[in-house]
Amino acid sequence: MNTDSKNYFKYAKNRSQKTNVCKNTFFAFIIGGAICAFAEGLYNFYMYLNIPEDTVKILVPVTLIFLTALFTGIGIFDNIAKVAGAGTLVPITGFANAMVSPAIDTKYEGSVMGIGAKMFKIAGPVIVFGTITSVLYGVIYYIVKVAG
Amino acid sequence: MRLIKLSSPPGILGCSSVVGKTESQGPLSADFDMHCEDDTFGYKTWEGAESELQRRAVTLALLNAGIKETELNAVFAGDLLNQCTGSSYGLMGFNLPFFGLYGACSTFAEGLMLSALTVNAGYFKTSVNVSSSHFCSAERQFRFPLEYGGQRAPTAQRTCTAAGAMILSSGAKGPYIREVLPGKIVNKGVTDINNMGAAMAPAAIDTLKAYFYESGKKPSDFDLIITGDLGYEGFSIVNDFMKADNLDISSVYSDCGLLIYDREKQDVKSGGSGCGCSASVMCGHIYKRLMKRELNDILFIATGALMSTLRLAQGSAIPGIAHLVRISNKKED
Repeated sequence: MNTDSKNYFKYAKNRSQKTNVCKNTFFAFIIGGAICAFAEGLYNFYMYLNIPEDTVKILVPVTLIFLTALFTGIGIFDNIAKVAGAGTLVPITGFANAMVSPAIDTKYEGSVMGIGAKMFKIAGPVIVFGTITSVLYGVIYYIVKVAG
Repeated sequence: MRLIKLSSPPGILGCSSVVGKTESQGPLSADFDMHCEDDTFGYKTWEGAESELQRRAVTLALLNAGIKETELNAVFAGDLLNQCTGSSYGLMGFNLPFFGLYGACSTFAEGLMLSALTVNAGYFKTSVNVSSSHFCSAERQFRFPLEYGGQRAPTAQRTCTAAGAMILSSGAKGPYIREVLPGKIVNKGVTDINNMGAAMAPAAIDTLKAYFYESGKKPSDFDLIITGDLGYEGFSIVNDFMKADNLDISSVYSDCGLLIYDREKQDVKSGGSGCGCSASVMCGHIYKRLMKRELNDILFIATGALMSTLRLAQGSAIPGIAHLVRISNKKED
């Protein structure tokens, strides 16, 4: 058998066990869908309490963020995410977990350079590219509006 | 010639293996000396916990060997953490000359080799080699925060929370360290951090082939050929390539990373890894089988992925290394 780098790389890649895409997609759909349905329920519940709609639109994500932080803190979230995959990653729960988990990890490395700096280790790029995208969107929106 | 035959083979005076919770639930549990339900080992930080693992391993090895700390001449130690702090902080309480080693998951064999060579040469009468790894400290350093919710690839391996220590002495009754063959750095361009088995396998193949060509021996001359922690992926690759080169080892071949966990039940994907994996399996399971004479002549090849997250991010591939040690119940053939 040929062990030169090019062939070996191909061989190793081809023979490696593959992720079960069907199973992962199914659970992502079910659990991700359940999280969204729960958020919809929360929306209706807050509306039922006669809270103004603008406040409810803030309250729903805040509740989800709080619950994710809580579940991350007590060590349940990663076990759910192991099965859910994109189902917990795509909703705001994924972002909240990405902020809280490094904060827990670095608690003994100081509150400024430890927690303060390192909690953006995973979520940092999301913030950077999210901001850039929103600026681009704003520019496009402005041009379309002026032209329109 | 890479193969070194030891002229006066040092014997194993005593061993110890210390493991964490998941390893205690694995199939080799009964062969480990110390099981800890609490992976913090009483420490606030995971790095502190790993150092405690090493301290316990050396303390227990001294107890099992029936000697005092003052009878040791040197310690060869290593782990996966940056600057090898698992070893230095764990062993600073011992009043011993210290050699800190880094060979990734091959560290245990590297330490064993250096320990055997120095004892064989007569520089030390008795020396200990120890290595450790901790799932939590390794996750933090190489992958994601512990509570981060993500999925693992099927080819990924789980870093073992384990440590093993082996004391060699020139006067000890067997098993003996008979031959050693230091590994070369082999880079075949694998860049997947989740497939370390494939990155390390070419190094194991290189070392094994060198051994058989230089020694003139056949795979069937041994009761067991055991690699460090290639996991399912690497194990299968080594089997394939050795067979293709007319050196079929499959009937006597095993892997520490496959033995330490039950892959079906324990959700460890491709198997175990980390310096503590081969250290604990060799010092626990294999040493006990050698003592019971179920095994008499074995080849131990610990494999390491000399990986750095920094170099990987810069686009470099993962080089591998594999060191071979022959352990036998007989002092000479």
